Amino acid sequence: MSSVPMEYYLILSAFMFCVGVAGVLIRRNAIIVFMCIELMLNSANLTLVTFSSYLGNSIGQIFVFFVMTVAAAEAAAGLAIIIAIFRNKKTVNIDEINIFKW
Amino acid sequence: MINLIYLTVLLPLVGFLINGVFGRKIKNEKIVGAIGAGAVGISFLIVVGAFFQTVGLPVEQRSNTVELFTWLSVAGLQVKFAYLVDQLSLTMALIVTGVGFLIHVYSIGYMHGDKGFWRFFAYLNLFIFAMMNLILGDNFVVLFLGWEGVGLCSYLLIGFWYDRKFEKGTTSQAAKKAFVVNRIGDFGFLLVMFLIYLTFDSLNFKEVFAKAASFPIAESTFGMIAIFLFIGATGKSAQIPLFVWLPDAMAGPTPVSALIHAATMVTAGVYMVSRASIIFAGAPAVMMIVAVVGLLTAILAASIGLVQNDIKKVLAYSTVSQLGYMFLAAGMGAFSASIFHVMTHAFFKALLFLGAGSVIHGMHEEQNIQKYGGLKKYMPRTYLTFFIATMAIAGVPGLSGFFSKDEILWNAYANGGFVFWLVGMITAMMTAFYMFRLLSLTFYGKERFDHHHIHPHESPAVMTVPLMVLALLSIIGGYIGLPKVFVGEHGNLFESWLEPIYEPAMRKLAHFGSHSHFEEILLMAVSVALALSAIYFALNVYKNKPEFAEKVSVKFSGLYKLLLNKYFIDEVYEAAIVQPIQKGSEKLLWKVADVTLIDGAVNGLAKLIDRISGSLRKIQSGIAQSYALIMMGGIALVILWLILSL
Repeated sequence: MSSVPMEYYLILSAFMFCVGVAGVLIRRNAIIVFMCIELMLNSANLTLVTFSSYLGNSIGQIFVFFVMTVAAAEAAAGLAIIIAIFRNKKTVNIDEINIFKW
Repeated sequence: MINLIYLTVLLPLVGFLINGVFGRKIKNEKIVGAIGAGAVGISFLIVVGAFFQTVGLPVEQRSNTVELFTWLSVAGLQVKFAYLVDQLSLTMALIVTGVGFLIHVYSIGYMHGDKGFWRFFAYLNLFIFAMMNLILGDNFVVLFLGWEGVGLCSYLLIGFWYDRKFEKGTTSQAAKKAFVVNRIGDFGFLLVMFLIYLTFDSLNFKEVFAKAASFPIAESTFGMIAIFLFIGATGKSAQIPLFVWLPDAMAGPTPVSALIHAATMVTAGVYMVSRASIIFAGAPAVMMIVAVVGLLTAILAASIGLVQNDIKKVLAYSTVSQLGYMFLAAGMGAFSASIFHVMTHAFFKALLFLGAGSVIHGMHEEQNIQKYGGLKKYMPRTYLTFFIATMAIAGVPGLSGFFSKDEILWNAYANGGFVFWLVGMITAMMTAFYMFRLLSLTFYGKERFDHHHIHPHESPAVMTVPLMVLALLSIIGGYIGLPKVFVGEHGNLFESWLEPIYEPAMRKLAHFGSHSHFEEILLMAVSVALALSAIYFALNVYKNKPEFAEKVSVKFSGLYKLLLNKYFIDEVYEAAIVQPIQKGSEKLLWKVADVTLIDGAVNGLAKLIDRISGSLRKIQSGIAQSYALIMMGGIALVILWLILSL
């Protein structure tokens, strides 16, 4: 455990987060965007677990469970919305779903 | 009766409300007329009662205040709705309700058959209501209420026949002119109220005048107050430079000219100056201005009256001229003489106007005296009363006008000097001349009207009886104010009656020089002789040799045209004041200030916001990723800032 320095985990986490951000901003497919959001959440989880382990404080790990629960619920709701949109517009390309404007 | 004085104000108001609200429904002229005249008649009786009650009181108790309610109460300013019943207000109230009642009765005959009959009586009652407030008010605010009220009624009644033509325009234009010119004077009055409150910390007559008499107040302060008071008076009482509205006010029905523009409203300025005598006494320079303006107005208007051909125009200029006399008297410190002239003038001038109305009535609305002539035999009663009034105004000894005018001329000589007397005397001669010119052209000489279309007839009794009453008053009205030279120091009943009102002012003035009785009688004899010769001349020319008048007017055609066109004063005002204001308002205030500046600024701001938001709107593309990008950018910036600031 102690052989791997904390920075490695944090760099991995930051990399995963950046991949997630890039995916959200760049990809057109709503499902992939959705997956990227999950990636960002999990990178945050990884950070929490890392600090929890290195500081010997279990609060971080407990917090991760909550995040995962919420993420699961969010995934269910988000996928339902994507399905509903697909039924209406026959597409999940989010640059075609631009009705939220003036 | 003194405690009931508020009824004299309330009854005309009730009459106004009844006739104004239900008049159209009542239809019956007799009922409408009876309500209108009755309200004023009862008021008159109450005033008479209050008068005799006051006469019965000892001199020091003759000034009573009847408080009704507190009108305004703002911080230190307390304005009570209260009426002051004293010698001066009672005198004025007797004139207003008495002459007013006669004119109301006369109007029943004169306005017979007019489609606005009920409206006419409603307005007349409203006028009496306002006028009584003006006279009886015990502070400047109630006076101002009446002051504005009579102005409103004057406007309404001048434009009463709003669908008729008048000279070059319409009666509405004449009404508007009267209103606007009056506003200028009212502005002065408003300013003076502020000044008085600043100086004396009160608007109540008694308090203000008591402080004015006893406090050490600078003469310049008195001067300011007095000059603004006088500006107010010049508007209402048609003095130079604001007299131009009165001749145009003749657009109204003749009883209106008699009531408002001869007997009562136009004397409001004289009343106010007389009421505030103590303030004027504190500003001798302003007194001089008052006297000079009055004198100039008198002679200017009289000279215009010499050549006018409209019967009502002659009388209108005569009114302006007589008002000038009243201000001359007030400026000379002879306040009671000015009120005395207000009274006698109310009698004979109301009579002249009503007589003129009777003539116009009998001549089918013809007002040009060149188209009258020889009406004596057709209208004997009108002629007789008109003749009496003409003699009274011309200053024939024994009639009311002689006594009041003589007192003014004597005061002008005693306190002003020979020049004042001389100009006043010339004015009196002109008065005698144009009045007898009017009389001759109307009642004597050849009949110059078209016999086929016009059948002159005498007016009904409802019109001629008021004429006779006024004629009687015009004869005997002067005997309450006999000259001191004949009846001794306390023989002038009118002056001793009003003396307590002016006592503080007189103490301050105290400038009566000593003149011998011989001088006074001599001046009187000269003035009588001059007036009689003017009368003789006028009668001789216009009765027997009308071609002579023609010749004179051709020979002095320049002067004649100048007088006929009223010295072109209307034209000068039009060019110097009305046009610049109108053009300035249109070209600068409307087109530049309003349209370009104000509208431009408001519309420009709206347009600017519209443009900015129009371009900002484009950011909202509806594509969720672009929002996310901006959010990310924002977060990145915040983090960067946090890191840098650590």
